[in-house]
Amino acid sequence: MRIPLVYNVRSVLQRPVSTAMTALGIGIVVAVFIAMLALAHGFGAALVQTGSPDNVLVLRRGADAELSSGISRETARIIAASPHVALGPDGRPLASPEVFVAINIHRLGDTASMANVVARGVSEAAFTVRRNIRIAAGRRFTSGRSEIIVGQKLVGRVGHTAVGDTMRFAGRDWVVVGHFTAGGSSFESEIWGENEQFMPVFRGAVFQSVSFRLREPAVFEEAKRALEGDQRITVDAHRETEFYASQSELLTRILEFLAFVITSIMAVGAVFGAVNTMYAAVGARTPEIAVLLTLGFKPRSVLTSFLAESAVIALAGGVIGCLLALPINGIVTSTTNWNSFTEVAFAFRVTPGLLLSGLVFAVVMGVLGGFFPARRAAKLPVVQALR
Amino acid sequence: MKYLPLVLANLGRHKRRTVLTIVSVALALFLFASLRSVVTTLDASSRFGGADRMIVQNATGIVFPLPMSYAARLQATPGVTAVSWANWFGGRYGDGKRFFANFAVDPASYLAMYPEFVIPEDQKQAFLRERSAALVGRRLLEVFGWRVGQDVTLQGTIFPGPWTFTIRAVYTPSDKVISDDVLMFHYDYLDERLDRRMSPGWYVLRIADPALAPQVARRIDDEFRNSSSATKTGTEQAFQAGFVTMWGNVRFLMNSIGMAVVFAILLVTANAMMMSARERTSEVAVLKTIGFTDRTLFLLVMVEAGCIACAGALLGLGGAKLLYGTGDFNFVGFLPGFDVTPGTLGIGAGLALALTVASGVVPAMRAARLPVVQALRKVE
Repeated sequence: MRIPLVYNVRSVLQRPVSTAMTALGIGIVVAVFIAMLALAHGFGAALVQTGSPDNVLVLRRGADAELSSGISRETARIIAASPHVALGPDGRPLASPEVFVAINIHRLGDTASMANVVARGVSEAAFTVRRNIRIAAGRRFTSGRSEIIVGQKLVGRVGHTAVGDTMRFAGRDWVVVGHFTAGGSSFESEIWGENEQFMPVFRGAVFQSVSFRLREPAVFEEAKRALEGDQRITVDAHRETEFYASQSELLTRILEFLAFVITSIMAVGAVFGAVNTMYAAVGARTPEIAVLLTLGFKPRSVLTSFLAESAVIALAGGVIGCLLALPINGIVTSTTNWNSFTEVAFAFRVTPGLLLSGLVFAVVMGVLGGFFPARRAAKLPVVQALR
Repeated sequence: MKYLPLVLANLGRHKRRTVLTIVSVALALFLFASLRSVVTTLDASSRFGGADRMIVQNATGIVFPLPMSYAARLQATPGVTAVSWANWFGGRYGDGKRFFANFAVDPASYLAMYPEFVIPEDQKQAFLRERSAALVGRRLLEVFGWRVGQDVTLQGTIFPGPWTFTIRAVYTPSDKVISDDVLMFHYDYLDERLDRRMSPGWYVLRIADPALAPQVARRIDDEFRNSSSATKTGTEQAFQAGFVTMWGNVRFLMNSIGMAVVFAILLVTANAMMMSARERTSEVAVLKTIGFTDRTLFLLVMVEAGCIACAGALLGLGGAKLLYGTGDFNFVGFLPGFDVTPGTLGIGAGLALALTVASGVVPAMRAARLPVVQALRKVE
């Protein structure tokens, strides 16, 4: 027969301070666990969302980043003429040959420190190829003018980003005419201008990449084979989602590894806390347990009951941990995408899945911490205990 | 001192609890020391840099090169005593999973610029003589199991194609903040194999007087302001610090996790102390009856808490120091010279003291203020 859970809940409430301390200890571990994974996921998501699955990014063969690539005008023309490229309503190919550089911009509020920011020169087609681009303020740049638009996450982080301001880089003045969003992706940390304007001032007559929309997503492999097999050009074709996701891999792995190591060590401490608490609970309730056993409850029921008690304390801790971690959702921070050598701003992402794994983690800690004390309770010699 | 056996007996009463609590404290302080060492190591690497070395880079951004012709003009700048240059190569070895930095340097001037690279003289000469020679850090040599004289091939990501170098020299940094995870080769080798003109990625200068660094920087930047490539000149320290800030707010992240760890363990320790104290209520009453003063009882509990915190601190901080002190933890070259500083040990010891006070004070006060009669009444 099972011992009702209410027995455990009442027992727990008998020693509120001790229970609260144990639960809070577990809660802090869970909060750190969730926060670190939210950081890793936020960074990963920012880069994964940068690509879209039906877009192809073409780079020079062997280049592992847009920064180290180079695509000549001729090559760009051949790529755009490929039959795998989707056509826009005006019948022109949805392909954007792009200039990609990392430039030094003064951070706002700290004149000594510079941020490496992506300046991307795009064609008119880029706004159709990249579906998630929305103008949040102002307007798009005009072709043929020294105008730029600034990603929303850069606004307020570096100087001269307000609409109407003038930014100076590469020896020229650029008027900020708009702000844009891109669904939280790393594009929001970039400065966009017209490719034909950026090309002469940065690296001369060469693009870094060509992005194009596939006629249909399923033909990617075919398009890749066709482009990479074309004798006239030496390029690699990447599915955009995979390309950007792979850039987040290293840092995400480092963060996940750190989260794992740090929280495991913390968890051991928290489990020890739970062990202490549960042993004390068993010790203080020795006569009670003996009575339960005398009444005919099976040792197994006693074991389950104490395990449940430990799990309940831990679960409460898990809930506290989730509540502590929730407010960091959406906080924007930044780090460097070492592939492009530039700063990426991204938001912490606390997802429901993450909260759930935090709760599961808490319960696991509770059960681990409760096991030995519960076993001791179950094996209590009745006669001695009652004496 | 005469009460020491009593304290030890109390600690030994619940051996399991005492051990678990000590281990919890040890783990917490170990973690704290590790996290803080990340911050101090990053700080140390951003402080690195000879005070008399400056870096000149393209003002537009680090990825833009500077013309080769600047070398002579920089050399002629008053206050500058030596000039060298280098270029980021960005080659990948094998599957590229094990990243390491590799760059093309002007060999003679670069090695003269960085006496911190300690190289056996015969190897140094061999490296300088041969155009396709490579100089590698000791750790890199060990990681890949290379030997001197071996050919290694990197795949260029910026400069396409396979590039083969012969390892002719191995360096050991004299300052452990310098990475021993780098491959360097001749700038000319890169230049002659390219079909276009190469230009240096950055220049390194030695200046006569470190105190005049700001003036030299201004003079150089003014001179090139209106030429094809404007420059940004700064001390090597500022250059290094710039890289460190690129990681983002590591300091805040590490510090907040460290705080959380310490707080979580405070709860565990305080809880253990309170449980012990509660179980001993009647004992304390007996001790009071036979003449122990309130003050002595207060101190007894505090000393007990102190013993736990001290043992934990010794284990945790000592463990961290021993583990990282071997110097082999450099996190794949990201954190060369990773070690626990005396400052970190000091703060850790301070935390142990704070832990003692915070976990012991409530139970100790309770023991001191215990009304004897009431407490004794509970004795069965």
